[in-house]
Amino acid sequence: MQANTTIIVRPWNAATVILRTTIMSLIIITGYAFTTFNTRDVDFWAGVDMLGSNFSALLLTPYLKNITFDVMIRNLFITIGLGFLTTIFGAAIALGLALLAAQNLAPRWLTVIIKGLTAFVRAVPTVLWVLIFAVSAGLGSVAAVLGMTFHSAGYLIKAYAESFEEIDNGTIEALKASGANWWQIVFQAVLPSSATALLSWTFLRFEINFSTAIAMGAAAGAGGIGYDMFMASGFYLNLHEMGAFTYAVLAFAVVLEAGATRYKASLRK
Amino acid sequence: MHTLDFFTKKRLSFGLFVVVLLGLTYVTIIFTEYNVAKGFTSIPKAIRWATTNFYPDAASLKKLPSILLKLRDTVMMSVASATIASACAFFVAIFGAQTTRINVWFSVFARGIATIFRNIDVSAWALILLFSFGQSSFTGYFALFFVTFGFMVRVLIETIDEVSTDSVEALRATGASYFAIIAQSVVPSCLPQLVSWVLFMIETNIRSATLVGILTGTGIGYSFDIYYKSLNYHAASLVIIVIVISVLAIEAVSNWIRRAVL
Repeated sequence: MQANTTIIVRPWNAATVILRTTIMSLIIITGYAFTTFNTRDVDFWAGVDMLGSNFSALLLTPYLKNITFDVMIRNLFITIGLGFLTTIFGAAIALGLALLAAQNLAPRWLTVIIKGLTAFVRAVPTVLWVLIFAVSAGLGSVAAVLGMTFHSAGYLIKAYAESFEEIDNGTIEALKASGANWWQIVFQAVLPSSATALLSWTFLRFEINFSTAIAMGAAAGAGGIGYDMFMASGFYLNLHEMGAFTYAVLAFAVVLEAGATRYKASLRK
Repeated sequence: MHTLDFFTKKRLSFGLFVVVLLGLTYVTIIFTEYNVAKGFTSIPKAIRWATTNFYPDAASLKKLPSILLKLRDTVMMSVASATIASACAFFVAIFGAQTTRINVWFSVFARGIATIFRNIDVSAWALILLFSFGQSSFTGYFALFFVTFGFMVRVLIETIDEVSTDSVEALRATGASYFAIIAQSVVPSCLPQLVSWVLFMIETNIRSATLVGILTGTGIGYSFDIYYKSLNYHAASLVIIVIVISVLAIEAVSNWIRRAVL
């Protein structure tokens, strides 16, 4: 009798099967992926070989050549400004629309429409939104701000609506029972109790928008330090200057991340 | 002494917050030379232009096979970079997490490297790597690899410390070896979270890969760039539709996997 009882340590259930299938598929797709690479006759090992000397030129000997230090700092702040502006605009739009996208505050058909539209807006990469707006507004800060605002709003509507949906339903019901109207519920219960969640989502989006603003300078003519990087890489071919810009961007991004981590830690207490 | 009551205080601090925010916004608008009026008038213009020019026509549909081929390149690059970077990050995270680290200094070093990798934007990485790999897929692959690696080291260190601290302690008490602890406790308990994060990074990487493609001349970003610059807006809109469908499909699949696994 004793010999026949075996303890099944890891039972096969749906979760483990799907987990293993996913991992296997990822490995197979990755293996296949390397056969599809467009090498354009670039020698991979020569590139890897160059990586070391390029990194040391980038990180150990940074200097500015085509612009002054003051201009670099100014351009860094233009990039930060673009990130800030699009976050504020996106948050303002999102605050209004998220109230209409939260299931506990708006009729179901309306939430479905808004959530569907925002899913579409988010699925289009930011750079493509900027380029679409650039056709009518021209390449520059207007197209960049509009395109980035669009994507930020799409992202924040989803995040805000989910924060609204998480608040205690009892509070809303109590207010409803006491005869409060929709606006009173929003301003007295919904917004105060989700304020910290909204703030941390907005801050996270500011971090994203700062890096997007760099990318838009490089790929969509939005100016700022991203454009300087694009010129150093594609026009002047100057890795040392690229290094200076990299340090400038890195410094601000690390400060932002540290701020976010601190803020999160202070919320947990 | 007269003290303000709770609600007045709250209203005042909220009012101050709004005023500071509006002031900062005003200063930023001046500084970045953003033209507010042009911003507003551009939106209806863009909509009018999009409805008359920005839709796929019959001629652009003929380009669909070549667009899909480029899409495959982009998706493949995103999956490969996310998977390999996450596998590397998992090893580093095991040696870097508080629960399982072998050495404090290695932990500090791993965190530091990861901070640098993830805080340099993917577009900046692409521009840097263009010096080594030129206009090839390797440039985009490594740009996505570095950012994914930096991000994954951070979240996996948090995951390991969160999920496996208790079971590692239990196994250590039984006298299990370091490798037995890793293989029997850390890996199995973190695997679902790991897969969930890999899927998240694949979603992120597909969006970034479009941008990187524009900068490095590869994949679906390059297709869009060519059609856009040659003013072939019908084909460019088809590229966007293809991207939207694939992003939404991948999101749906990964949400399904996440629900089943976590």
